[in-house]
Amino acid sequence: MKIALLGNPNTGKSSIFNLLTGMRQHVGNFPGVTVDKKTGTLNIDKEQHELVDFPGTYSLYPRSKDEEVVYNVLSDKNNDNYPDLALVVVDASNLERNLLLFSQVYDLQLPTVMVLNMTDLALKRNKKYNLETLQKTFPDATIVESNARVKSGKGRINDAISNVKKRTGHSFCSEQSLCDIDDITCQENTVSKRFSKIESIDFTQKESEVNAKTTLTSKFDKILVHKVWGYLIFAVVLMVIFQFIYEFAGIPMDIIDSSFSDLSSWLATQLPAGIFTDLLTQGIVPGIGGVVIFIPQIALLFFFIAVLEETGYLSRVVFIMDRIMRPLGLNGKSVVPLISSVACAIPGVMAARTISDRKERMITVMVTPLMSCSARIPVYTLLIALVIPEGTVGGFMNLQGLVLFGLYALGTISALLVAWVLKKIIKTNEKGFLLLEMPSYKMPRWGNIGITVWEKIRVFIWDAGKVILAISIILWAMATYGPKNNMEQAGITAEAKAIQLGLNEEDTDQLVASAKLENSYIGIMGKTIEPAIKPLGYDWKIGVSLITSFAAREVFVGSMATIYAVQDDGEENIPLIDKMRAEKRNDGTPVFTLASGLSLMVFYVFAMQCMATLAVVKRETKSWKWPIIQLGYMGVLAYLAAWITFIIAS
Amino acid sequence: MKSSLSSIANGTKVIVQSITESQLRVKLMEMGLTKGKVIEVLYRAPLGDPMAIDINGYVLSLRKDEASLIQVDLFEQKTTEKV
Repeated sequence: MKIALLGNPNTGKSSIFNLLTGMRQHVGNFPGVTVDKKTGTLNIDKEQHELVDFPGTYSLYPRSKDEEVVYNVLSDKNNDNYPDLALVVVDASNLERNLLLFSQVYDLQLPTVMVLNMTDLALKRNKKYNLETLQKTFPDATIVESNARVKSGKGRINDAISNVKKRTGHSFCSEQSLCDIDDITCQENTVSKRFSKIESIDFTQKESEVNAKTTLTSKFDKILVHKVWGYLIFAVVLMVIFQFIYEFAGIPMDIIDSSFSDLSSWLATQLPAGIFTDLLTQGIVPGIGGVVIFIPQIALLFFFIAVLEETGYLSRVVFIMDRIMRPLGLNGKSVVPLISSVACAIPGVMAARTISDRKERMITVMVTPLMSCSARIPVYTLLIALVIPEGTVGGFMNLQGLVLFGLYALGTISALLVAWVLKKIIKTNEKGFLLLEMPSYKMPRWGNIGITVWEKIRVFIWDAGKVILAISIILWAMATYGPKNNMEQAGITAEAKAIQLGLNEEDTDQLVASAKLENSYIGIMGKTIEPAIKPLGYDWKIGVSLITSFAAREVFVGSMATIYAVQDDGEENIPLIDKMRAEKRNDGTPVFTLASGLSLMVFYVFAMQCMATLAVVKRETKSWKWPIIQLGYMGVLAYLAAWITFIIAS
Repeated sequence: MKSSLSSIANGTKVIVQSITESQLRVKLMEMGLTKGKVIEVLYRAPLGDPMAIDINGYVLSLRKDEASLIQVDLFEQKTTEKV
């Protein structure tokens, strides 16, 4: 049997979904929209049912393009997803508003189960609902009380599903059939008719003055949305989160990094030498490693985002940030994606999903990778150490630190500016609006948080991971192969040179690797683009590193190390930075000057040098159009900004 | 006297009179803002926008633009018997 799970947002719908299906969930697509279709398996008395989690809505009529899926499925009996049974979650502490959607679903004449959730909260708020009245009003509905927070009700919900009442033809609003999706007048009429009917029935047992003002929530709100404390507390919360990420994500990332390189070397010794082994040990294994390495950051960020969301704090952040972000074409909900991106743009892009307005979501996704992520740090630090002199400005500010700060500021300001420009460019018929419910504060449910984190990781690995792996194998092949004879010839020449210089084995290998890279397809590409990047102050070696670091920005450092393995004087183990410093152009001037170094840093602020982010943007927008636009506009920005920087600085 | 919800001070109770015809009207109604509903303005974000209101014990935040579509009357205790 196909079961549709419906309900208002913040009713604990996803808790019910988790309660019923546990880990037996998978994520798919609804046709035509970017919302995910979450499906879970439900076994009741050896019978298997399919439970589909629909987006939380306040009514059958959509607020946004993505919510249309609810209307499209339920208004069309021939739809593939049309359910055999509707399971509607209703917040018992807020019956009136919740009964709008319930009554609409009830009148579709599907077998309907009402899950009366948050019964504990309703009692606490002195809102004792009257079950008898409810049942009398909806005689064909099977009603179960539940409290997903303490995991009560699973058995009862399962019983209700297997013993669901047959429909007798009873309707709540008999004269009201489903309105056309564009017929707003009809929708307004039915909404007001339904509400006046709902209001005319007294569902509560005891009449009591209930007001959100008197609850604990309102006391918290006084501080958390305060014009000083509100922002201060938000800043502290962010600091704590980033401390955790920088403190703890590095440990598993190092372990992943070294395990994968150990695995590669081990495989290389076990398998017979050849093209297949090379593909496995240098292409596939490091490629998978390049996907897995992101997991600690994604997991930690989503852990914190889920905690903020579960507790109800996130809506308060949206509330205090909305007005500030709006002139930029963003939304209060854009704050979390943008800030997450300071650690890594991948969870940032994935977190943008909560923005219901499509235009605001697209703008957020498009500008998020401009925030300087942690993968830029190795590039920035290398280049700063290379071209920015140590010393202080104004007697106390560290010059190198100041430049680093400037790069971060440049990224943030451009993200906001680009958002503003996109706001002017992107046309939309939907008018952005907020209308956000502020849920009461709750203790987080750790089970839900665990499932959220797991789901994000799974989506990243399976959906984005494929693209990342494919690109990294292509990049590897381009760096390893070249027009045949050239590469072999270069290797032989390099070896001869090494013998001539009397180098040890390790240095010989490096020299050979460097010579081969120069003659590989990537090396050739680097040389081909040299005229194009010359105005920015770069030579072909930097060009090669720009291409290889498309895999991930930090690859730039490793790539430079390979390419600068060239040693003319036979000296051993010169640090990369000194090799780069000593690098001269044909005319004898150094390659890395203040101007070219700054230009390169600025290039990395803007350039979309991260295939993993592109893969995730493709996953989240469900099309290649947006990642390609993103790659293009960020590339143009990077080029122009680096060019201007080079001209000004030289 | 009718005035727009966006101009109502924090801590004031009002009755919803009407909602200006617009794309948003049905969405506002679906959130429970129907004619005759008693709501209370709770607080505002630091820049005065958005604002938070209490509808039947739940808190809804809405932007000033959205609130300005809603016409309200001051709620007086004595007219409340039925509400």
